[in-house]
Amino acid sequence: MPLVLPPSVLGFYLLIAFSPQHGVGKWLLNTFNVQFVFSFQGLVLASVIYSMPFMIGPIKSALQQLPASLAQASYTLGKGERETFLQVLLPNIKPSLLTAIVLTFAHTLGEFGVVLMIGGNIPNVTRVASIAVYDSVENMDYSTANVYSLILFSITFIMVIGVFIFNKAHAKSPLE
Amino acid sequence: MICINIEKKLKAYSGRQWLKINHEFDDGSITKIYGPSGSGKTTFLKIIAGLLAPEKGVITVDGIFWLDTSAKISLSPQKRLVGFVFQNYALFPNMTVQQHLEYASKDAQWIQHLLKIGKLETLSDHKPEHLSGGQQQRLAILRAIAIKPKVLLMDEPFSALDPKMKSALIADLKALFAELKMTVLIVSHSPQELEGLVDGELVINAEE
Repeated sequence: MPLVLPPSVLGFYLLIAFSPQHGVGKWLLNTFNVQFVFSFQGLVLASVIYSMPFMIGPIKSALQQLPASLAQASYTLGKGERETFLQVLLPNIKPSLLTAIVLTFAHTLGEFGVVLMIGGNIPNVTRVASIAVYDSVENMDYSTANVYSLILFSITFIMVIGVFIFNKAHAKSPLE
Repeated sequence: MICINIEKKLKAYSGRQWLKINHEFDDGSITKIYGPSGSGKTTFLKIIAGLLAPEKGVITVDGIFWLDTSAKISLSPQKRLVGFVFQNYALFPNMTVQQHLEYASKDAQWIQHLLKIGKLETLSDHKPEHLSGGQQQRLAILRAIAIKPKVLLMDEPFSALDPKMKSALIADLKALFAELKMTVLIVSHSPQELEGLVDGELVINAEE
């Protein structure tokens, strides 16, 4: 669902769900003294929920593309599912894993709707770079918006180029 | 002794077929398995290893039930611990030759012995992508033997080897099979390939 739901809608539901006035949010506050609404922890949790499918999708697809015989060979050597996953399957989807991690991170870095809904725009607490860009533009402070935008652009550009270079080094030519 | 009586549905181009096998394999025997393509030879090996389940059947090894569908008994592949040489080798791309064998066995001396038999000592730090087809096949055989299994299942294990390498390896493996008292089932297409190695044959034909 997080994959197709508008971020603001997901953020709204998370805001309602974790509201300290009732339900889960009230229980979390009373039992563990944790508040997810308008807090940094809330931003992290909401981002995880929102971005998880972007991580799981490529990893699941990479695992499905591995020959079944790899896991089967490991089982016949007496290895369990956990050991097989950690020692055989996971190391053999390294490029997909890296791509998923980096793209999910980049996607989370630029997230706006979910973060604004559950975290608001509290300076030094929940104001993230993407919200700071919006905030600066709204205040007609284009130079600050430009600095934030340039930082975000540079980080994501470097990450994407890094992944591209890593995957190109690990990719095999179809003629090999 | 391995006693097998199984029935498994096969999906074939011509429709549904049945793999029906009722056979006993003596301890320490080496049996060649052959039959037409699609008759279920690989499926048969995978059923013994516990990687596939038949619709109906019983497998006992030295009186121990590995499988009994009526009693809902089915030991996991990890508990059956058969050596399995896959037709596509199923080597782990992330591991070197040495790491493949270390993944299967912690016995350093035994690993060195296996590397010598497979003539892979000088390639121990190579990954599968840097090995020839024959070297990959030898590694797949050595990895399966590394766990010192009582039952060894080999799916066309010598197809990528040149005749000289094949005969040298077969001679070494024969001695190793006898030393470890392994019961070996080998799927092969070539009638002459296993001459002098096997002491029995099982023909598999899928039924309509």
